[in-house]
Amino acid sequence: MNAFRHTLLGRLLADPLAVFALAIVTLLVVSAIFADVIAPHDPTAMNLVDRFATPSTTYWMGTDNLGRDTFSRLLQGGRIALYVALTAVTISGLIGLILGMLAGFGPRWLDNALLFFFDTLRAYPTIILALALAALMPRGLGTVIIVVVITSFAEYGRVVRTQTLSLKNSEFILAERAMGASFARIVFHHILPNVLGPFFILAAMNLPVVITIEAGMSFLGIGVPPGTPSWGATLKDGFDYIRTTPWILLSGGLPLILATVGFTFLGEALRDQLDPRLRKTR
Amino acid sequence: MLRYTFQRIVLALAIVFFAISALYTVMITLPGDPTTVLLGPRATAEIRADFRERMGLDNPVYVQIAQFWGRILTGDMGTDFNRNRPVAEAVLNALPHTMALVFGAIFWSATLGILLGAFSADNRGSWLDRISGVLSVAFIAAPSFVVALYSLLVFSVWLRWFPTIGAGEPGDIMSRLYHLALPSFAIGLAWVGYVARIVRASMLEALGENYIRTARAFGLPRRTVIYNYALRVAILPAVQVLGVGIGGMLSSAVFAEIVFSRPGLGSLIYDSVSGRNYPVVMGSMLVAIGFFVTCALIADLINAALDPRHRSKA
Amino acid sequence: MTAALQIDDLTVHYATREGALQALRDVSITVPEGKIVGVVGESGCGKSTLINALLQLLPENATLPAGRITLEGEDVTHASTRRLRQMRGQEMSVIFQDPMTSLNPVLSIGRQMRDIQYRQPGNRTEKDRRSANMLGRVGIPDPVGKLSAYPHELSGGMRQRVAIAMAALMRPRVLIADEPTTALDATLEVQIIELLKEIQREIGCAILFISHHLGVIAELCDRVVVMYAGVAVEEGPVEDVFLRPGHPYTIKLIECDPGRLKVRVADLPSIPGSLPDLTDPPAGCIFQDRCERATEICATPPPRAPQRPGHWAACHHSGPEGS
Ligand SMILES: Nc1ncnc2c1ncn2[C@@H]1O[C@H](COP(=O)(O)OP(=O)(O)OP(=O)(O)O)[C@@H](O)[C@H]1O
Ligand code: SF4
Ligand SMILES: [Mg+2]
Repeated sequence: MNAFRHTLLGRLLADPLAVFALAIVTLLVVSAIFADVIAPHDPTAMNLVDRFATPSTTYWMGTDNLGRDTFSRLLQGGRIALYVALTAVTISGLIGLILGMLAGFGPRWLDNALLFFFDTLRAYPTIILALALAALMPRGLGTVIIVVVITSFAEYGRVVRTQTLSLKNSEFILAERAMGASFARIVFHHILPNVLGPFFILAAMNLPVVITIEAGMSFLGIGVPPGTPSWGATLKDGFDYIRTTPWILLSGGLPLILATVGFTFLGEALRDQLDPRLRKTR
Repeated sequence: MLRYTFQRIVLALAIVFFAISALYTVMITLPGDPTTVLLGPRATAEIRADFRERMGLDNPVYVQIAQFWGRILTGDMGTDFNRNRPVAEAVLNALPHTMALVFGAIFWSATLGILLGAFSADNRGSWLDRISGVLSVAFIAAPSFVVALYSLLVFSVWLRWFPTIGAGEPGDIMSRLYHLALPSFAIGLAWVGYVARIVRASMLEALGENYIRTARAFGLPRRTVIYNYALRVAILPAVQVLGVGIGGMLSSAVFAEIVFSRPGLGSLIYDSVSGRNYPVVMGSMLVAIGFFVTCALIADLINAALDPRHRSKA
Repeated sequence: MTAALQIDDLTVHYATREGALQALRDVSITVPEGKIVGVVGESGCGKSTLINALLQLLPENATLPAGRITLEGEDVTHASTRRLRQMRGQEMSVIFQDPMTSLNPVLSIGRQMRDIQYRQPGNRTEKDRRSANMLGRVGIPDPVGKLSAYPHELSGGMRQRVAIAMAALMRPRVLIADEPTTALDATLEVQIIELLKEIQREIGCAILFISHHLGVIAELCDRVVVMYAGVAVEEGPVEDVFLRPGHPYTIKLIECDPGRLKVRVADLPSIPGSLPDLTDPPAGCIFQDRCERATEICATPPPRAPQRPGHWAACHHSGPEGS
């Protein structure tokens, strides 16, 4: 019991906000995995008789303009949101990790060039770039992932670079080098393990941002293909019928807010546990 | 300071140049007939041929980019083929609305965020501090477009306190502000959280500094010590973050403009994308990036001006 | 006659993870009107704690379980917040230890000097004139121009002078100086000492001068208190204490000073052993772990053994040879 209290999970469970966040995230993940089992209706089945149904025991969150069950659609939407978030964060994280280490280890000119590259990418306002690319590329989750990757890997690159630079000149690495350790050994035994802490914290904090981007793009009609359930698409339907059937909008925003708040609080709690020094910076 | 300013300006220009050139390259090298992209689907074959000739679309990519910038520098951003007007006109008409939105949001959120952060730091550990800490994170997490949608539903549709559509009567300041209220609330909310957290953290750091003890040791009033001596140092990082944050705000502004049916860069781009009105997309992108880079630059320079250590070092 | 500053049995604890850290224990110091009293001791012996206690600016984790501080007969330890603020600066002002960090980096020197005069009469111009005047007095060239300078634009010595000018500007009854010369080189040190003497003559204040440099204390002070690990171990007139030290710690301190008060040393001479754990100090004499004269009796609290008139040492075996 005492040992448990010192594990990461144990320490997280001591913080009420972290428990709350963990509960939300678990709920979301479980409902996304078992969406098919839980969903009371087929999320894409239209039922024109029951259009705009108010929430009831049959339709827990009512139906939309095509008579599709909102609750079932939101469950399915959660699956898409998590899929996009995990894929995009993994890809941009990996690119950032590689470029960041290159910048940290490489010659001065490469470092400067990569820094400039990161700066340039940061200048693209995410949603405006998404709109610009949407007109050039086919509508679909692939485009969403590409947009997220383009606008977010620079952030990972920066963090990894800073971390690598500070480690590169630290005494224990200089000592290893003096003893003739190979480059690979230094990278995989020393740099990587030390870079991963801040890296995972950033990734955790990035998940809710990506979820928001997917929902936002789907809201604008440049995300998921038409008809596919997505939180953003439900919000768009809700927006279109805001005066007549506000519950579509209300229920569409709920899982999105839960997800972003849950993941953000979890990211915060993780950061506080893994690296108390970082608390100040944000 | 002069040299520093100069370096920052050159860097800003280089960023705009590369960011836009990259996008333009993607556009003209993408498979498909670029005249469709640039002229829109409605253009006739003659117009296309003529355009291809005039724009030098058969030239190598780098020549085309050079030509593109040549046109931009002479103020020619192409034609908005949906409404048959110069892109420059469309973009410059939209920009002030977006600027009002973004600066309105910064103004209220920075003011509130700074006060909240300073107050929290001053009363560290109090229940107000804890509530403001949790609220800050919630504000940061809540997607701005959901905030926009919900506030539209609650305050405009249900309560009818605020208008649902438009940017207000031209020339009527009160009407403009009235229409600005909800959208800038929606965009700014997250920034209250960001600013409050940054200011709280840097304020706590400042309060532990020796010069604060000096100020106290000379009997300066508590309020002067906290809201003048400490806060003056503590807002510096917030200014920097706000400058870079303009990029995020431009994204939120797109939603706010669509949700509240306001004119602006965001709704201009949105309308152009559905009509494949590429010159307008490109022009808006150019202005958006230019705006972002300028704001980040100004924030940097303000920071340098506020911090004398920075000023003479640079 | 009441003393300018009187400290009686002052005890300060810091709450730490390891328990209460006893930073000061039963420290008593008297600073008579118009006199200069020095406090000397190694790093960590509680000098800064003492000053913060005087100003009632101790950090949040500090408590004051016992003791009384009186300034011109008025109780500081029980004064209201309002009254305390009046006293700070005007009745007692401080020259802080580190001139590099004790001035606000984003406010000009002039602004900071004007701000501390907020209780004084006069408009901005008059206050600036007074500030410039004082800057001139402490030997800063182009004082009027320096008003618009920022701290980082001045050298360490100049900043130290600014700190002195700020304290002197308030014409306090008691001036507290926390190692005002440690950051400076030897020539500057002499100048600063002369300056303090001059200021003291001019405004007639009492000075509590804190240093770990014996030479400076000998040069400047009338009386000296030797501190070790939060305890005052010896007190007396300066010549007396330095020429005929009674406490084994003081003896070591002077022995280890290579220049014998004449040449400046970079840091305190080293005495074998290390400071006791202040969260769990030994019973009896605080110095027993490092003392060559220690015997069984030293595990009981040592008395204040008189040496000569007005000179005592808290030791069971005090005196030049021990007894
Ligand atoms: N806020 C605090 N919390 C806990 N312990 C503290 C605190 N401030 C000081 N101390 C401890 O109290 C003791 C006395 O510290 P103090 O700063 O008064 O020493 P000093 O004599 O001024 O040293 P120096 O010459 O280095 O300035 C030290 O052991 C120090 O570690
Ligand atoms: S009391 Fe004993 S241990 Fe303490 S200083 Fe005197 S002789 Fe040394
Ligand atoms: Mg000290």
